[in-house]
Amino acid sequence: MAIKTQPVTVNLGPQHPSTHGVFRMRVMFDGEEIVDVEPIFGYLHRGSEKLAEERTYTQIVTLTDRMDYVSSMLNNHAYILTVEKLAGIEPSPRGVWLRMIASELQRIASHLVATGFLIQDLGALGTPLIYAMRERENILDLFEMICGARITNSYLRPGGVFMDAPEEFWPALDRGLDDIVRTIDDLETYLSGNEIIFSRTKGTAVLTPEQLINASITGPMLRASGVDWDLRHRAPYDYYDKVTFERILHTASDNYARYWVRVQEMRESVKIVKQCIEQIEPGPVRPSFDDVPRLIRPPAGDAYVGIEGSKGELGFYLVSDGGISPYRMHVRASSLINLTLLRDMLIGGQFGDLFVTFGSVDLNMGEVDR
Amino acid sequence: MGESLIANSLWRNIYCVLAGDSSVCADNGYSAGFLPADMAWLAFILTAAAIIGLWVNGILGGVIVLIWGERRLFGRFQSRTGPNRWGPWGTLTSVADAVKTMFKEDVVPKDADRILFNLAPIMIAAPALLVFSVIPFGIGTYVADLNVGVLFIMAITSLTTLAVLTAAWSSGNRIAILSALRSVALLISYEIPMALAVVGVIMLAGSMSLGDIIAAQGVPFILVQPLGFFVFFLAAMAEMARAPFDLTEAESELAAGYLNDYASMKFGLFFLAEFMAEISTSAIVTTLFLGGWRGFDPIPSHFWFGAKLIAVLFVIIWFRMTLPRLRVDQVLKFAWKGLFELTMINIVVTAILIAIWPQPTTGELWIMAAINWPVAIISIYLVSKLLGTPSYDKPQPDADAPVYPVASASIPASSVYSAESTTTSAPEGGN
Repeated sequence: MAIKTQPVTVNLGPQHPSTHGVFRMRVMFDGEEIVDVEPIFGYLHRGSEKLAEERTYTQIVTLTDRMDYVSSMLNNHAYILTVEKLAGIEPSPRGVWLRMIASELQRIASHLVATGFLIQDLGALGTPLIYAMRERENILDLFEMICGARITNSYLRPGGVFMDAPEEFWPALDRGLDDIVRTIDDLETYLSGNEIIFSRTKGTAVLTPEQLINASITGPMLRASGVDWDLRHRAPYDYYDKVTFERILHTASDNYARYWVRVQEMRESVKIVKQCIEQIEPGPVRPSFDDVPRLIRPPAGDAYVGIEGSKGELGFYLVSDGGISPYRMHVRASSLINLTLLRDMLIGGQFGDLFVTFGSVDLNMGEVDR
Repeated sequence: MGESLIANSLWRNIYCVLAGDSSVCADNGYSAGFLPADMAWLAFILTAAAIIGLWVNGILGGVIVLIWGERRLFGRFQSRTGPNRWGPWGTLTSVADAVKTMFKEDVVPKDADRILFNLAPIMIAAPALLVFSVIPFGIGTYVADLNVGVLFIMAITSLTTLAVLTAAWSSGNRIAILSALRSVALLISYEIPMALAVVGVIMLAGSMSLGDIIAAQGVPFILVQPLGFFVFFLAAMAEMARAPFDLTEAESELAAGYLNDYASMKFGLFFLAEFMAEISTSAIVTTLFLGGWRGFDPIPSHFWFGAKLIAVLFVIIWFRMTLPRLRVDQVLKFAWKGLFELTMINIVVTAILIAIWPQPTTGELWIMAAINWPVAIISIYLVSKLLGTPSYDKPQPDADAPVYPVASASIPASSVYSAESTTTSAPEGGN
């Protein structure tokens, strides 16, 4: 006898422990199986892009910090590169190296958060998360040394960075990199071979490369499907053509592959930082105020620069009318675009996998809603 | 007062101090009590009340200590300090929490079925306390030594799920219902391997009474019944919904599951019941497999029991801190395809051994242990091979995989970054 069942609609969020911020999903369940998902977001909309039209080009840096608040340095980086392209500013070499170091450290911090919270969503009661967050704290300490802020850094300026790293930063950075490698080893020892993590993440939420490309998804999600697309390699900005690193690829394109790619990318970031330390030379960290004034007035025009953010291609589009603030700013927010395939990933899956998949996308509501 | 109660030292000590004149006490060397000989009935009632009070308060006190200890251990596992503000080493934190919980507003949802909603916390707390009545905490320290003790425990622990279902249904909350249905699925699946795992112990002891089972453990049954212990421990973890089987309260999926709509002391009772279940599970495991209060002199039996209890509790907390959660279908698969087979193997092997040595002496128990361990290791290995997820090969991009346009060399890499900035006429307005 077949039991007559009826799908149940459940509202998850915006207040829910696992939605990584204020995200809401209306999910229709048939038993434990997901029949339909309707993502609803916008709870964290602060109008950053509109606000930018009332700020000077340097002031906007502080707005970008607050978009993806776990990878502010990368946001600064993308924005500053756009401004430099728009205004035709030639950056100082030392500033470029410093901001590359900052960006790669931030990428490690962001991936640590993504990995930690993925395991938290898998149901481990905080222990791996706290191990990852402890390492992130060390990185934030390094940020505090170079710019005095931990989360909202606002470290980068058009043409470089706003101040040089202090003397004690360099030994601390060396120690920090060793610690990071050790933490990644720990994480891999505990997690990468764990049977429960295997059985939970392997083969769930599989996406084809075609689907990912059609939805213009980038970053670790795309590389986990075997598509070799890393802007640091494909379209090197700053001095990324002067450093060598391995592009991490996985072919499974499931939740485990996304986790694995992130963990391995942290190792590559450590390598990049080490190469930056070798190649950095003394000099000014930004052009003098004669070359790049505090109040930049770029010529009328527009510019777009995308960088390899922690979550995918992070791009800024700026339109200038020749004034002191942009006429229009738009952000290609990788978190938002990576959400595009959420329904395809979730429908047909189990309720237990819902937040795991959600975590493996690695999104940040601050960036989704801006 | 029957003979069986007088054999219980807890009963005897309280009763005979009150009614020392009665004949049963005089036989045991007690002299005049506080009450006259013809008021033995009052002594009986007072004794019962005293034991109930002692038991309930002792368990609640144990829960308070356990919550503190668990949080301190969590802190150690997570390289932080844990609660350390209130009282020495933070020992009074749980007391403060309990007081806070009692003074919180008691919220009842509008759609709730009020009667059932209020009944559910009682329904969950009562069986959690009842389990302790059959557990011997030391020589002669028990409330009752039932001759069907193991069966009693099985029956009483299952009642918890009824309370969970009641709580979820009466809350009128869909997430709670999902949680309760998971709880029922867990119960149905894990009750069977759990009961079958104990069969080996019962066969060895020849009795279902916990007292007899302890008396039979010349060698702790964890050594004689490794497979039974393995299955029983995991099934018990699932039965009380602890990690990695904490599906009913899956924090990252269902928020708090069936507890979602409970506040104040009603929530507190659920919370207490959960920790009481943790203690009772450890106590049952200690009794059935670790030899209960058995140890060697001069250390008293209560200390032995407590030490073993804490060791089991530590392992449970360790599991909870370390492992991620399994998915529902995987949990059920594990019960039916993994644990069920293991218990069957265990029963067959134990039955054969019992046929050879019907009344095993300590020496024969050691021989059984020597036979059972290889069986356990081989069968667990085989089942893990059958159920386990094959490990990933070293992931390498496939050479034959299709080349996507973005990855081909036909698009110059520089085209993305160095696209020319198109100069357009300045838009009107702006700054």
